[in-house]
Amino acid sequence: MAETDKKYDEYPIGGMITEKGSARRYRTGDWRSRRPEVDKEKCIDCLFCWVFCPDNSVMVEDEKMKGFRYSHCKGCGICATECPKKAITMKEEGA
Amino acid sequence: MEQFLAMNGDQAIAYAWKQIDPDVVAAYPITPQTIIVEAFSDYVADGHVNTEYVCAESEHSALSLCIGASAAGARTATATASAGFAYMWEMLYIASSMRLPIVMAVANRALSGPINIHCDHDDSMGGRDSGWIQIYGENAQEAYDNTLMAFRIAEHMDVRLPAMTCLDGFITSHSLENMSLLQDDVVKRFVGEFKPVRPLLDVHNPTSYGPFDAPEFYFEHKYQQVKAMEEVIPVMREVQKEFAQISGRSYDLIEPYRVDDADYVVLAAGSTAGTLREVVDELRADGKKVGSVKLRLFRPFPAKEIAKVLEGRKGAAVMDRAISIGAGGPIFPEVRSALYDVARRPNIVDYVYGLGGRDVGVDDVKVVFNQLMKGESKTVNYLGVRM
Repeated sequence: MAETDKKYDEYPIGGMITEKGSARRYRTGDWRSRRPEVDKEKCIDCLFCWVFCPDNSVMVEDEKMKGFRYSHCKGCGICATECPKKAITMKEEGA
Repeated sequence: MEQFLAMNGDQAIAYAWKQIDPDVVAAYPITPQTIIVEAFSDYVADGHVNTEYVCAESEHSALSLCIGASAAGARTATATASAGFAYMWEMLYIASSMRLPIVMAVANRALSGPINIHCDHDDSMGGRDSGWIQIYGENAQEAYDNTLMAFRIAEHMDVRLPAMTCLDGFITSHSLENMSLLQDDVVKRFVGEFKPVRPLLDVHNPTSYGPFDAPEFYFEHKYQQVKAMEEVIPVMREVQKEFAQISGRSYDLIEPYRVDDADYVVLAAGSTAGTLREVVDELRADGKKVGSVKLRLFRPFPAKEIAKVLEGRKGAAVMDRAISIGAGGPIFPEVRSALYDVARRPNIVDYVYGLGGRDVGVDDVKVVFNQLMKGESKTVNYLGVRM
């Protein structure tokens, strides 16, 4: 993933990132030790989770909460804390 | 036609900024830099410049503002001294690592304590490893000339590094001198238009500045800085040559004085270089074979140029107006190291002097030459300390 095949002068100066949207390729989901899971029986689609998620990892379609983008979700648990219906629970990864 | 005015070093820098009309200046006043920002804020208030001038609430904020402005694509300047310089510490490294050609005047002042507002080089010498170009000026004329040249050197596409132009606090910053100024249009043509590299405000080429740099890339980015700093030497020579054409004033990276047949040579940066020349003239009149070297550029360090001048002398002394407690002065080890590879090494010693604004006159400098000529110097000496 890290492009270490280049020489020093082949990278943009100053550590600049000159390509837009490159964070998409950095899968921060690898950092997660706990994963959020949603119980759609309890969910009222208020989208608080979507608002509070610091990593844009709550998927929404037609104003409905459709689950999590695990490729980037770091498992911080903010969504579970903020959910007014306690519809989101954090589960240990690999448990 | 050339203009002559009585100005001090700080006013001369403010005048250079007025002529350059930078897009952004952000600063916080601190003695002995204060006159620069006072005089420049008058130019702003009186509408002589179009600069966005920000009176920041601290030096950390001042340099942070400059960093943001420079990354956005603005020609940017600031000024500081002493504790204000120390308060910029973190941002010094950010500015250089982000390759932003900010130009900063440093009116050199002791870095307390004990509390002291007077001249020595402890402030900027402490920042020698921060990746900034450092040019030391001898007098108000050089403070002005170095400011004009620093923009060209820092902004050169092979360099793109921030630059400090240092002047001795009070001695140069506050003393009135007869100054020769260039015409506004000559300055404008010399500095040219600022050409930003990947500016943040270019929405068609989005760029992220200052992202986290992982171990796989950090060292390569530091090496980019190393290579850019190496480019300063040829670029500065070229800029100085061009400056001589418009001003009639010639500069070099180091300036030897009456060294051709000199057995003993003393080197210093800043205003003391003038005192050295005076003493050299007096001792030459007595038949002593002595010379001096003014160090103008400290970062990058002109090691080859210094080795060339000092090789084969009987003795050389470095005068350091700064101290690394436990080791001596900061210029000395670099000069000595530069001479390690030459065939005929001189005896070479260090004189730490003038700390906290201690006056160093002709008689004090004569002590250095006399001890050097008699072989009475220690490796590291503390000039004039009552001991």
